[in-house]
Amino acid sequence: MAVRNYILVCGGTACESSRSKEILKALQDEAVKQGVADDIQIVQTGCFGFCEQGPIVKVLPEDSFYVKVQPSDAAELIAEHVIKGREVKRLLYDKDKASKHAQVEDIKFYQKQFRIVLRNCGFIDPENINEYIARDGYSGLERALFEMTPEDIINELKTAGLRGRGGAGFPTWMKWNFSRNVESDIKYVVCNADEGDPGAYMDRSTLEGDPHSILEAMTICGKCIGAHQGFIYIRAEYPLAIRRLEIAMKQSRELGLLGKDILGSGFDFDIEIRLGAGAFVCGEETALLQSIMGHRGMPVPRPPFPAVKGLWEKPTVINNVETWANIPVIMHKGGEWFSKIGDADSHGTKVFALTGKICNSGLVEVPMGTTLREIVFDIGGGIANGKKFKAVQTGGPSGGVITSENLDTPIDFGSLIKIGSMMGSGGMIVMDEDDCMVDVAKFYLNFTVDESCGKCMPCRIGGKTMLAILDKITAGNGTMKDMDLLTEIGETMRKSALCALGQTSPNPIISTMRFFRDEYLAHIVDKRCPAGKCKKLVTYTIDPDKCKGCTACARRCPVEAISGSIKQPHKIDTTKCIKCGTCVKVCKFGAISVH
Amino acid sequence: MSVVHVKINGIPVEVEAGSTVLAAAKAAGVKIPTLCNQEDLKPTASCGLCIVKMEGSPKIQRACASPVQEGASYITDDPELFKARKTVIEMILSTHPAECLTCIRNQNCELQQLAAEFGIREQPFTPRVRRLPKDESSPSIITDPSKCIKCGRCVEVCQDLQGVYALEFIGRGDEVQMVPACGLNLSESPCVKCGQCAAHCPVGAIYERDDTDKVRDAIYDADKIVVANMAPSVRVAIGEGFGLPEGTVTTGKIYTALRQIGFDKVFDTNFAADLTIMEEGNELVHRLTHGGVLPLMTSCCPAWTDYMEKYYPDMIPNFSTAKSPMQMQGAVTKTYWAEKAGIDPSKIVNVAIMPCTAKKFEIGRDSNMSSSGFQDTDISITSRELIRMIKAKGIDFAHLEESDADSPIGEYTGAGTIFGNTGGVMEAAIRTAYFAVTGKELEGVEVDSVRGPEGVRTAVVDVNGLKLKVAIVSGLVNAKQVMEEVRKARAEGAEPPYHFIEVMACKGGCISGGGQPYASNDANRAARTAGLYSDDEHCAKRCSHQNPSIKKIYDEYLGAPLSEKAEELLHTTYQQRPLYK
Repeated sequence: MAVRNYILVCGGTACESSRSKEILKALQDEAVKQGVADDIQIVQTGCFGFCEQGPIVKVLPEDSFYVKVQPSDAAELIAEHVIKGREVKRLLYDKDKASKHAQVEDIKFYQKQFRIVLRNCGFIDPENINEYIARDGYSGLERALFEMTPEDIINELKTAGLRGRGGAGFPTWMKWNFSRNVESDIKYVVCNADEGDPGAYMDRSTLEGDPHSILEAMTICGKCIGAHQGFIYIRAEYPLAIRRLEIAMKQSRELGLLGKDILGSGFDFDIEIRLGAGAFVCGEETALLQSIMGHRGMPVPRPPFPAVKGLWEKPTVINNVETWANIPVIMHKGGEWFSKIGDADSHGTKVFALTGKICNSGLVEVPMGTTLREIVFDIGGGIANGKKFKAVQTGGPSGGVITSENLDTPIDFGSLIKIGSMMGSGGMIVMDEDDCMVDVAKFYLNFTVDESCGKCMPCRIGGKTMLAILDKITAGNGTMKDMDLLTEIGETMRKSALCALGQTSPNPIISTMRFFRDEYLAHIVDKRCPAGKCKKLVTYTIDPDKCKGCTACARRCPVEAISGSIKQPHKIDTTKCIKCGTCVKVCKFGAISVH
Repeated sequence: MSVVHVKINGIPVEVEAGSTVLAAAKAAGVKIPTLCNQEDLKPTASCGLCIVKMEGSPKIQRACASPVQEGASYITDDPELFKARKTVIEMILSTHPAECLTCIRNQNCELQQLAAEFGIREQPFTPRVRRLPKDESSPSIITDPSKCIKCGRCVEVCQDLQGVYALEFIGRGDEVQMVPACGLNLSESPCVKCGQCAAHCPVGAIYERDDTDKVRDAIYDADKIVVANMAPSVRVAIGEGFGLPEGTVTTGKIYTALRQIGFDKVFDTNFAADLTIMEEGNELVHRLTHGGVLPLMTSCCPAWTDYMEKYYPDMIPNFSTAKSPMQMQGAVTKTYWAEKAGIDPSKIVNVAIMPCTAKKFEIGRDSNMSSSGFQDTDISITSRELIRMIKAKGIDFAHLEESDADSPIGEYTGAGTIFGNTGGVMEAAIRTAYFAVTGKELEGVEVDSVRGPEGVRTAVVDVNGLKLKVAIVSGLVNAKQVMEEVRKARAEGAEPPYHFIEVMACKGGCISGGGQPYASNDANRAARTAGLYSDDEHCAKRCSHQNPSIKKIYDEYLGAPLSEKAEELLHTTYQQRPLYK
């Protein structure tokens, strides 16, 4: 019997934490209650990407895009949309223009996106292999097993021009070819799912929404290089992704798509999951391999590169989740097709986790060459609360800031490096006028100092020393010599640290010093934080002309620093004030200012 | 061997393919600074000092971990590299206590040396020293984590060279420490006290316990008779402390120096090395001819003994019950010699001078170490401590007159002296076992098949038709391999793979012990080893059983090897010990 409606409920981590599981259950219960259980199919999918508006429920075939859905909305959705065929307008995205924006294709957030990696996320049930197969899943593997030689596979990747999405952008075909050309009885294939940049969750969403794409890709690689064992190294903080991978592996083994004699081809390949304990440095490939082997996750010098000598000294291809997710599509549609997407420098797409002071935060996948302006203003909807755009941080703690003058830079590997940032794995944090760039630099450095493994001296000591200097500057004790020292340490770390974590951790400082030198000078020379972020440099005062004496601030002040009688202007005792900002938020008259 | 041709700062040099840039630079006579790299260890690339450039490449490489490329031209120093290196050194100094004057490594510290070479005159970075308590729990080694620069050498030595795993990287980032796991101290850890961590530490973060004050106190105590007993390998190392070439044999100078320091009697542990051979050699012959447990394993090395008791307690029946030469020497000093000299043994303070930190532990191991009725060896100091004592006494060592050891327990043969290098105990044992089995002297006493620096060496020695299968091991990690072979054969009920196994914990044997002057490298080991072999060659008698003083002690006191008296004084027992307390 034909199904009248498909109801897709987002099961990504963000929506799940906003009770999407309860919505799923409520919809199932209501369908039974209202007698339409057999007419519809309710599917839990992976992430839709538009996390700002979650939890998201999409109804097919109308493509109605319901946002911020609550479990209590289930009855109405079933009664109105399914039974009466009428969209529930109040739940549609941008409800004021409901008729125009009812459908997904009308939503600006999706218009400039192009989905290869996230092709199945928010569309299929990641816990059902048949849905993956129905979307051409495993056809790339079939081709690789029966129609292609290992050399053909390499050539397909070469034509596609796929470059590693983990950050450095190394051509994937070359990596595979290195391993393929090493004579070895044992080889390994590894998926780096140790995503760790602050604010980044591209890989998690891909694994949660489309786990089979990774399994298929790794198997193709195994066939290409002659490996029979794969490992997925994933952080234990991603329980949903782990569970879905486990389900996917079980299902693909049952169908003969993983394990012995895959599809009767005589080729064996299996995959094991290895859980990481959450150390950021384990995203560095040599540290990751150490961790898989049961050692402490610390980088080791390269060469030898893992492709030649990796796990247990055997050739090992290691790619990150996003890179893997591209492979099945390339194998299915061909490298030629892939190479036409993107710009001259970089082919294909890139997924970003767009967060920060932006209207539409979420996961976006755009063709390479899309400009930052398109991402921030068209897809992201611009800066929230009418504030002014200041900068975008890409590349996470390894990257740099991009200012408004570079907003029209096309996003590809080469262009971003030219303007002092880097692609990184895809974190993209938008900052507005309220963000202090010295504070931002400190935030990232704090992160890398925390996450430094401690092995190499330039990183271990350099990071900590830079942090001490930034602390000094943000406390109003900086001197101009500190700027020189920051540059000196930064340059030394770039040259002498062992791994990418140490070499790139000064980037946020070097980059903000370059583009926002005036903010550093304000802290050092004027002892002032222009954005009002650095607590030690700001004071809170009440403008007696504006204060109505409503007592709201005095009642909410956690340290009783505000005094005054009713209907009389209040005062802040700056010796008691902890600069938490509560009074500013509760004042209805804008009487409290921060200097 | 395929070779590659490279240039280092314009100097052409030809090196073996696969060599690192660091090695190529060394071959070209160019020193690239490094604090983590050490010849014995695989590169960890942690210090960041050895950065170099390759002409035509934008990337800065680490010389320690980058293999040379054919035809490449490397630049090891330019303003940019110098600046970066200097900054790294300055940063390290900002986290290192500026206590050079009171540091055990003063004038012998790799960091101090670099700071001097780079002309560091001020400290641009705010000092940020993490004060951590010392670990003084071990009788042998003290760690001072405040001084640790976290180069990781000690962990690598402990794990990769020695297979002991007492030290670990604990914590991360700025809080990383090289300490035993789970907050335990060294004495609660699997540490076997070999001291190789101390021998490889570039700074004063791990060092031998200094017992020189105890020695001085005894010397200045008029009531005490203080005797010195020097181990074989000490004689080829002390000279390095006084600018003499590596491996110079300075036996006679050391005797003189010891007398000038104030020792009442100067004996030589080489005598007891001969005695050990009499006991152990006969034990081997006995086991071979009476169906005893084989293979027999040597027991002279206290770190190896400790390791076996912790990691391979199932080998206890295989262990020679013979004590180490130091302990035999102690036992006969306080019995045989005391009786002969008419001295009250309670007044004797027996000071052993050893290449070894584990010996400090061995002297108080258990009650077997007090077989004379007193602690047989009272104090054990290392070569490094003796060098300091000689210097503090103001002795011009290099120009000292040579003298002889005191009789009768100072006389030794060439077999006794080669105890100090890997393969030496084996060779000495073969020389005497041959005599014990055949009644004839071995022709051409040098047994070349058991000589050489490899970590594991096996040989078959023909002893009058008996094919004696032997294995010689140095570096504890190598013992694992041989022990597993023995275990496997035993589990399968097969013939033991060897009859006799010699193990020395330190790479190359005692000549490179944890208490020797700092120089853990193969060239130095070869020089010290050559020194001992030359000492052997220059001995009139080269087999332990030929030592007249040995014959005498058996005639006058012990009876025969393995006699009841010998068992009581010269043999010991073993027990399983837990890895963690």
